Amino acid sequence: MGLDDHDRDRERDVSVGEEAERHLAAAERRRGLLLALPAYAYMVVFFAVPLVIVFAYSFSTRSRTGDPTFSEVGFDAYRKLAEPLIRNVAVRSAILAGVTTVICLLLAYPFAYFVATRKPTARNLLLVAVMIPFWTNFLVRNYAWRVILSTGGPISGVTEAIGLGETDLLFSRTAVVIGLVYSFLPFMILPMYASIERIDWQLVEASRDLYCSGWRSFTKVVLPLSMPGVIAGSILVFVPSLGAYVTPAILGGNKEPLLGEYIVGQFLTARNWPVGASLSFVLMTVMLGATLVYFRSGGKNL
Amino acid sequence: MSTTGRRGGVGGWLLAGNGGLVLLFLYAPIILLVIFSFSGAKDPGVWGGFTLDWYRDLGGDRNVQKAIGVSVRVALVSTIVATVLGTMAALALERFEFRGKRIFDALLYLPIIIPDVTMAVMMLLFFTKSFDLIDAMFGTRIGKGFATVVVSHVAFNIAFVSVVVRARVAGMDSTLEQAAADLYSTRWQAFRHVTLPLIMPGVLGGSLLALTLSLDDVVVTQFVSGPGSTTLPVYVFGLIRRDVTPLINAVSVVMLVASLVLVVASLVAQRASEGRRRRELIITGEE
Amino acid sequence: MKRHVAPLGAALLIVLAACGGDDDGGAASASDCEVDGTDGDLALYNWSEYLDPELISSFESQYDVSVTEDFYDSNEAMQPVIAAGSSGYDVIVPSDYMVSILVEGGDVMALNKDAIPNYSNLSDEFGSGLPYDPDGEFVAPYQWGTTGLGVDKTVLGEDFPRSWGLVFDPDLVAEYGTAGKISMLNDPRETMGAALKYLGYSLNTTSQEELDEARDLVRAAVDSIAAFDSDSYDENIGSGQTAVAHGYSGNFFTQFDGADDPSQYEYFVPDEGGTRWVDNMAVVADAPHPCTAHTFINFLLDPENGAALTNWNYYASPNAASEPFIEAAILEDPAIYPTDLSKLEFISDTGDFEVNFSDAYTEARG
Repeated sequence: MGLDDHDRDRERDVSVGEEAERHLAAAERRRGLLLALPAYAYMVVFFAVPLVIVFAYSFSTRSRTGDPTFSEVGFDAYRKLAEPLIRNVAVRSAILAGVTTVICLLLAYPFAYFVATRKPTARNLLLVAVMIPFWTNFLVRNYAWRVILSTGGPISGVTEAIGLGETDLLFSRTAVVIGLVYSFLPFMILPMYASIERIDWQLVEASRDLYCSGWRSFTKVVLPLSMPGVIAGSILVFVPSLGAYVTPAILGGNKEPLLGEYIVGQFLTARNWPVGASLSFVLMTVMLGATLVYFRSGGKNL
Repeated sequence: MSTTGRRGGVGGWLLAGNGGLVLLFLYAPIILLVIFSFSGAKDPGVWGGFTLDWYRDLGGDRNVQKAIGVSVRVALVSTIVATVLGTMAALALERFEFRGKRIFDALLYLPIIIPDVTMAVMMLLFFTKSFDLIDAMFGTRIGKGFATVVVSHVAFNIAFVSVVVRARVAGMDSTLEQAAADLYSTRWQAFRHVTLPLIMPGVLGGSLLALTLSLDDVVVTQFVSGPGSTTLPVYVFGLIRRDVTPLINAVSVVMLVASLVLVVASLVAQRASEGRRRRELIITGEE
Repeated sequence: MKRHVAPLGAALLIVLAACGGDDDGGAASASDCEVDGTDGDLALYNWSEYLDPELISSFESQYDVSVTEDFYDSNEAMQPVIAAGSSGYDVIVPSDYMVSILVEGGDVMALNKDAIPNYSNLSDEFGSGLPYDPDGEFVAPYQWGTTGLGVDKTVLGEDFPRSWGLVFDPDLVAEYGTAGKISMLNDPRETMGAALKYLGYSLNTTSQEELDEARDLVRAAVDSIAAFDSDSYDENIGSGQTAVAHGYSGNFFTQFDGADDPSQYEYFVPDEGGTRWVDNMAVVADAPHPCTAHTFINFLLDPENGAALTNWNYYASPNAASEPFIEAAILEDPAIYPTDLSKLEFISDTGDFEVNFSDAYTEARG
């Protein structure tokens, strides 16, 4: 009998504990929701709703004057995306974006590492130094590169002076890559820096104590710990490069149609809103899918 | 703390060298820009003798001045709002579980991957339809202008701020916050004195990014602004279509100097407040 | 939260769509506008560097209003903003083919000619009978010009064929060594149009065969083309980056005039023909200040003001009464005021075929 009482008491304690935990968890969820609410509400009203509106337009048809109309609805705009014309444009853009991202990675990582390992004053100064060029106008910066790369520019001047003749780098794929890397390098540097900066260097010291070489401590300790920054930076560079159109226009001479220019062309020049909308949506879905997949696998390994 | 990550010897020199090269790469066009803003030739690639004419023209060009004013105000307001909302979102996503979290997560990636022109078109449609609706329901006519530009900028900037802050929070040691929770009596104090300082580099990085994106935005702004709310990039975009002269260089240099002043001022203010806080801590004996 | 978002969003969407459609509710009326009357400040939406700021100041002081001028860089960037309604603009400056689209969409209002007495200053061919506004109801022509080729004679010499072959004929390109020094406009209609003209077709064709021929011609020429550029073609030829450039008349003249040796350059419309375009002033259908808009148009149609426009931007004026005030050098230049208009065509909207033009242009480049 005494044992039964004891058992019953213990059951009550356990269930009281469980209930308390549930209350705490619910309180946590409420707090989380409250914290997220302002941004969440803002995004729903000022982003999700407009997006749904345009999504609806991807099912409309182009009227004779170019304005979209809902008198006929259908999947025509999506069917058009299967054509080889668009496939070529997409593949070309993906390759260009990939090359840009890789180059940014290679340049930014050592730089971010360097900045993260300076004293606080130097760190802040360097970060600001990275951002300053980007407070001039985007278009003007692209034009400046145009001057640098043209036959009348400094690079050509140098090669002419040393007898190599004039260099015309302008209006080429190289010029576009240079322009894109230039435009998006800070997007890679900043997240990487944020990630590297908070690494606990005692872990590195520990790995050195365990007889890891400098390189191994880097690959086994620093690199994995800085992964969130690498991933964030890669996304921030790859995606806008994929849709870029100002830089290819100014530095590449529009010689090869890319996704960004094609989508702008559908909305503005051809005034074919259904296809502009459908292509945008497919592009976003693919990118979103890739991002989520990447995060799922990358996130688990951390 | 992090200075123990410094590499010595060859590695260190290579790193510093790479740092220098990157900075050179970043600044080459800027230096060119500044130099040619003083050039007398109409063609911005050709040197035509030193002159201050373009700056003088700038002083008399009220279109440009108005555009600069609009750009700066839009950028400041949208950056502040986006930083606050974006940081809150980042913390909520990394530290809490709640209903609808997955959708929120996905929603915050969309502004990053959406093509400019799609966002421009969707905001235009949204605003015009909403204004029609408001007109039908309340009889008041709202027009596009400063507010619609700011609202649109915040809409994409929240996402960028949250990505940067999340990268920072993601690997952060949450035991520090738990310890703070043990030592401090309220969540708010734990946030203010432990979490916030720890995520500050991410928050600053995110807000710098937002500021830049707002100042640079062309397509979205062009579609959602109204008469009198033309920003500088939109103005320059139109100008470039017709006539490229070093006036544009002069404009850029002015913007650059203005941003520099802004940043220096905020850094000085931050230092001052940090100094004050340290003094407070000393006085209360906590340091 | 998740449970509520979807239905809320759907409800909002349905309501918005239901209240959507073109903005007819806010149509303004100009029927009461008087000559020189104003009803508030002017909001102007124009191409950049197209209107002398001094003219604007002059208008402001003469009528005691202030003018806000915003800029667009293409008809297609301006059109959605206007068509969506409530743009806040009073006067816009659409090109010929865009006028038909705006009229069809109900986005511009019929002009009240009583408030624009200077309309009669327009020369006969511009006052009425324009393909995009036959009765002269909706717009008043602003400036007109041609699209053709600008060349650097230090590369081509004096004796070259004034033909599109300079771009499309590989023999000519080889002869003059201009490979990689040619630029074409980044505009499907203009660039495909040039190819069509060279082949002897109309640039408003709706024949897929003809368009395909033009596409293949452009594709074959892409290797010798340095860039497809509608913004800096004039600067590029000025800096020597290119030697043959496809572009608009007035831009070239402004560029050449500022060069060290203007006689080094020449602009012409090739013998096979080219584009003639007219930019026009229109009043937005829901303009907040229609009367001031009409007065502004009337102001620009004044003989001296019309001449000032041309003397400033080097485009041709449609205003007959302005002739005495235009600089002789400009008036007599056949490149600005072409004497033979037979080979020139206006670009007109080809309806759904626009998509074909755009796709052909994309395919031609890769």
